[in-house]
Formats: sequence, C-alpha cells, structure tokens
Amino acid sequence: MKLMITFSKKEGRKPIIAQAVKDTGVLINVERAFIDSSEGEALIDVPDDQCTLVRERMKALGASVRVLEHGITLDEDECVDCGACVSVCPREVFSMDAGGKLVVDEERCVICGKCIKACPHRALSLKFE
Amino acid sequence: MEKSIGLINERIRDGNARVVTAEEMPAVVADLGVEGALTEVDVVTTGTFGAMCSSGAFLNFGHADPPIRMERIWLNDVEAYGGIAAVDAYIGATQPSDTREADYGGAHVIEDFIAGKAVELRATSHGTDCYPRQSITTELMLEDLNQAIMVNPRNAYQRYNAATNSTDRTLYTYMGTLLPHHGNVSYSGAGLLNPLSNDPDFSVIGSGTPLFLGGAPGVVIGEGTQHSPGGGFGTLMVTAELSRMSPEYVRAATMYGYGVTLYMGVGIPIPVINEQVVRNCAVTDDQISVDLVDYGIPSRNRPTVRKVTYADLKSGSVEIDGEEVRASSLSSLRRARQVAAELAEWVTSGKIEVALPTRPINSTKKAHPMHETIRAPRVGDIMDRRVIRIAETEEIRAAAKKLLKGETNHIPVINDEDRLVGIITTYDISKAVVWPGKASVVRDVMTRDVITTTPDEPVDIAARKLEQHNISALPVVDDQRRVIAMLTAIDLGKLFRGKHR
Ligand code: SF4
Ligand code: SF4
Repeated sequence: MKLMITFSKKEGRKPIIAQAVKDTGVLINVERAFIDSSEGEALIDVPDDQCTLVRERMKALGASVRVLEHGITLDEDECVDCGACVSVCPREVFSMDAGGKLVVDEERCVICGKCIKACPHRALSLKFE
Repeated sequence: MEKSIGLINERIRDGNARVVTAEEMPAVVADLGVEGALTEVDVVTTGTFGAMCSSGAFLNFGHADPPIRMERIWLNDVEAYGGIAAVDAYIGATQPSDTREADYGGAHVIEDFIAGKAVELRATSHGTDCYPRQSITTELMLEDLNQAIMVNPRNAYQRYNAATNSTDRTLYTYMGTLLPHHGNVSYSGAGLLNPLSNDPDFSVIGSGTPLFLGGAPGVVIGEGTQHSPGGGFGTLMVTAELSRMSPEYVRAATMYGYGVTLYMGVGIPIPVINEQVVRNCAVTDDQISVDLVDYGIPSRNRPTVRKVTYADLKSGSVEIDGEEVRASSLSSLRRARQVAAELAEWVTSGKIEVALPTRPINSTKKAHPMHETIRAPRVGDIMDRRVIRIAETEEIRAAAKKLLKGETNHIPVINDEDRLVGIITTYDISKAVVWPGKASVVRDVMTRDVITTTPDEPVDIAARKLEQHNISALPVVDDQRRVIAMLTAIDLGKLFRGKHR
C-alpha cells in the first residue's frame, strides 16, 4: 500500500521515516521524496497488513499521512486522447487502442508524477483516500 | 476526365453523394484505380484535432448606458485586445490570465463561452465627450454578445516537425514534455488525415472553401500567417461562429512550462473534381515525412536528428542512434477521425456543400525568418574580461585571499595547460574549514562540474543557464576551454536595465 507522508520542516529535522522504521520494525520502501525549505513530502510503500501500524506511528511523529488507494486516475471528460502522456511514462502505463483511445493500465503505475505535468488537459491526477 | 463542382453539389442535394474519409481513400484508390475513384467518390473529408495556438475570436459586446469606449478589456481577468474601437475586442487563445497565469487564459475564456458559462467583462477607458464612462464590469453569456466570431490566423498546419531532446534535463516545450537523453519523441498532426496533406498544391483549398471548425460550419479566409508551403508547412486562416461550436472540438489546454493553448478540431471537405485530386487524397502516412528535431539546441535552426514519416511516428516508436525511443502524439488521432466522420455526415446529409476557391492560395512561397536590425546581444558584448583565475595546485588560503578582496565571488580554476577544470567559491572554501586536514589545495575543494558559456552565445541563453542552475556567474571559455572572461548576473543586469528603459 502506498502512503503519502507530509511533514513540515520542524518535524523534518527528525529523521521521521528512519524513526518509524526503527519503532515499528516494518521495512519501508521510499519511492519518491521531495523536500524543500518549508515542507517535505515522501511517497512510501509498505506491506498492506502493516499499513495501519506505520500510519499511526507516522502520525504520532507529527506527519500527516494520506493513503493512495489507486495509481494514476484519468478524468475521461477532460481527456481528448491526445497521447502526450504515453511516451513520458517510465512504466508504460498508457497505450492507445486501435481506435486511438487511451488505455490506462493503472496497476503498473509507480506514482512518479511525470504524466501529470505532461497532460495538457489536466486529465490525470492522484486520488487520496 | 473532370467532374464539375455543380454535379457534386447536385448529388449532395439529392442525398446521393459518395463520401469517404482521407483515411479510407488510399484503399479506395488501390481498389478502383485513379479513374475509377474519380467516378466513384465525390468528396473526401479530412480532419485534425490538436493544439492551435494562433487562434482567437472577435467579440462585440453592444453599447452600455452611459456608453464607454473600452480601451483596456479583461474577460475573466484575461486581457483582450481593445484597439478596435468602442465595444469590440479580440481575445487571443494564448493570453494568460493576470491572476491565474497559465492555469487559465484566452483559450479557457473561449471554451467557457462555448460551454454556456458566464464570463466577467471588465473594461476601462479615459472617457470622452461622446463616451463619458470610464469603467464597466458585467457578466456576459455567449448569447449576450452581438457577434462572437472565431478568426484564427494560423490553423491546420500541413505538418509539424517531431521533437526530441539530447540534453541532460527535461524540457517543457510547446511540443510537450521532452525527456532527457532522447528519452522520448513527441509529434503532432494527423498525417494522412490532415487537410493540407490532401491538397499540398492548394488546387482545391483556398479562400472561400467551406470547412468544419470546432464543430461549426465555417470558411477558409486564405493563407494563414507563417504559411510556408514551399517547405511543406502550409497554414490556413479560418473563421466560424462561436455559437455553433461544440466543446467536443474546442478545448483549452496548458502546456506545462510553456503556457495556454487551444485544441481545435478542423476539417475540410475536398471535392473530387479531377485525377490530380484523387492522387493527392490517396496519400499515405509513409509518404509524409518530417524532420525529427533536437529541441535541446536553443536556436532557430535546431539540428535534425533524422527524417521520420507519420507511419514511423504513429507506430509508437522511432529509432535514434540504434535505440528504440517511444513516440507519442500531442494531437488526438481519435478526435481527428471524429472530425472527418462528422464532416462526412454533414456532406451526406446535405448540411454543407462544397465550393471551389474564390481566390487561390500561393502554393510555393516560403516564410522567411525575422529581419533583425539589431543583432541579439552576445555574451562577448557584455562579458567582463578582467578575470581572476587560480591554479588547481594553489593553496586554499591563496584562493581565500583572492575572494576576500571582494572583487569576485567565483574564481575559475585552471590546470597547467591553462584549461578550465573547476570553479571555487566561498562555499567551497568553507568546506576546507569543516574538514581540516583533508583538503589543502584548491583542487581538493573546487566544484568540478562547471557550467560555461562562450563569447558568441546569445545573452538570453546564458541568462537562462544562470536561472536554471541557480548560479550567479559563468566562466566564458574559448574553443580550447581557456577562460577568457566571466559573465555575471551583474553584467546581465546592466544590459537589461539599458534595454528596458
Ligand atoms: S505517475 Fe508516473 S508511473 Fe504513474 S502513470 Fe504517471 S508517469 Fe506513469
Ligand atoms: S495527455 Fe491527458 S488528455 Fe492526452 S491522452 Fe493523456 S490523459 Fe488524455
């Protein structure tokens, strides 16, 4: 299960992810981390059955935690089947069917975010619980 | 054999016209031969759906009471051109909002009008005897306007060069996101379905040609701006009424890092009047080739990596230097097909007829580049030749002394052949203080990865380098990598202050 962890810089001084690993004994896989001067955000992957444990610990350490239910989400009303997302995705999540309609294989998505910027029609987003 | 336009229109009126799309036409010609296809097919419909930045609409708001001669005009905070008297404006698709920047722009205003949403008009004036009012704010729907006429100066490009990127960073361009190291290929256009691909010699498309524009019946005005059919890049100026358009075929968009644009569906019905038209409409994707261009090179003459055809591009991958690179389009082939199909339905049902041009479009001219009377400034024009250098074998203390003098914040580091090997700043020197004993000479603490410029590089390109890498100085090197000067943010500041006065 993928979790998006957000923490402000004050808590960020503590190694929050390392602390959570130490406290819970769960091996956390950091898929993406983005930290600037005021805020930090990290996308982590944890085994489904230990999700609650990690989540509670992270919250106790002062981070806000959102569960990513799905990979990339397509808004069919906005999508015009242009294909701008197809070649930028490192996981080949997108393809075109014979009729030129966009097909999304969401299971393959690793939530890198590249396609979100690449879509001229704002049709791609990540949905949180 | 020839077939008259009158005969074709008679068949359209009788509901007997045989219409095929440009995608179906090659097979029809292969099957029946050129002569057979001429007898059999009356109209070929074309279509494309993609980003057409050079679009916009003339709007007339009617007079207010007391009346105002609007000088500056905003629609949902997007400025429209008001230099066309009193209550007229031209809203351009790429104009960004004053408040929401690239998230909203002229294209969105047009889309909102078509979708039946209210748009806020705000205008100011200095006030005259005949038009005393100085400001106005009101909400308008499309039906409140006297006219809303889309007039797009440059639409329906015959083809587009495909894009890739050789540099080591991601580029965000009007050709979409281009991944580093030729990580992907982006292209635009519908290939064999594109209107002008089916009439490259402009034998039947010209002023007065009926067309499908954003779901509305419209007309070709004439050649578009930047029209360059001699190089295979013809364009059209087109018009139709906003009120008859559909959101299906008019979509605002934002190219990340580039700005607002408008996706338009455009299609032209081509009357099959002679064998030349049949041959032109039988064009296939493998016969339409474009350059695959490296957008990593920031110059007008970007280098061509190779030639590619629309058949290569539509296959989903293109070979570059022996590697298969994923290719994807920015324009929608699916919607292009919908345009061609809907247009075919219009012709079959008699909703529109075909016509020959009332004025031909030049089919050979080439657009020329801008005539620049003042050459864009080069780094060599403004760089500071008084450059302080230091040898990589000097003691760190020596570098610190030079920096302390306060004449510079960056010292280029050179080897014994005078070539640039690094750069040293106060930050690097502080490293030596933090790790005492580990570092003694300049080489140990200098930054090795130096971003440089050359004397003949345009200043704007060098300025972007400073911005992108968040640095304040660039060593200027010659072709031997010898440091001949420095270019600093201060030098740039002087230049731009002088320019914008
Ligand atoms: S977020 Fe990344 S992996 Fe997921 S679909 Fe978009 S580009 Fe592909
Ligand atoms: S880039 Fe956006 S609009 Fe284009 S196909 Fe992908 S999701 Fe659809």
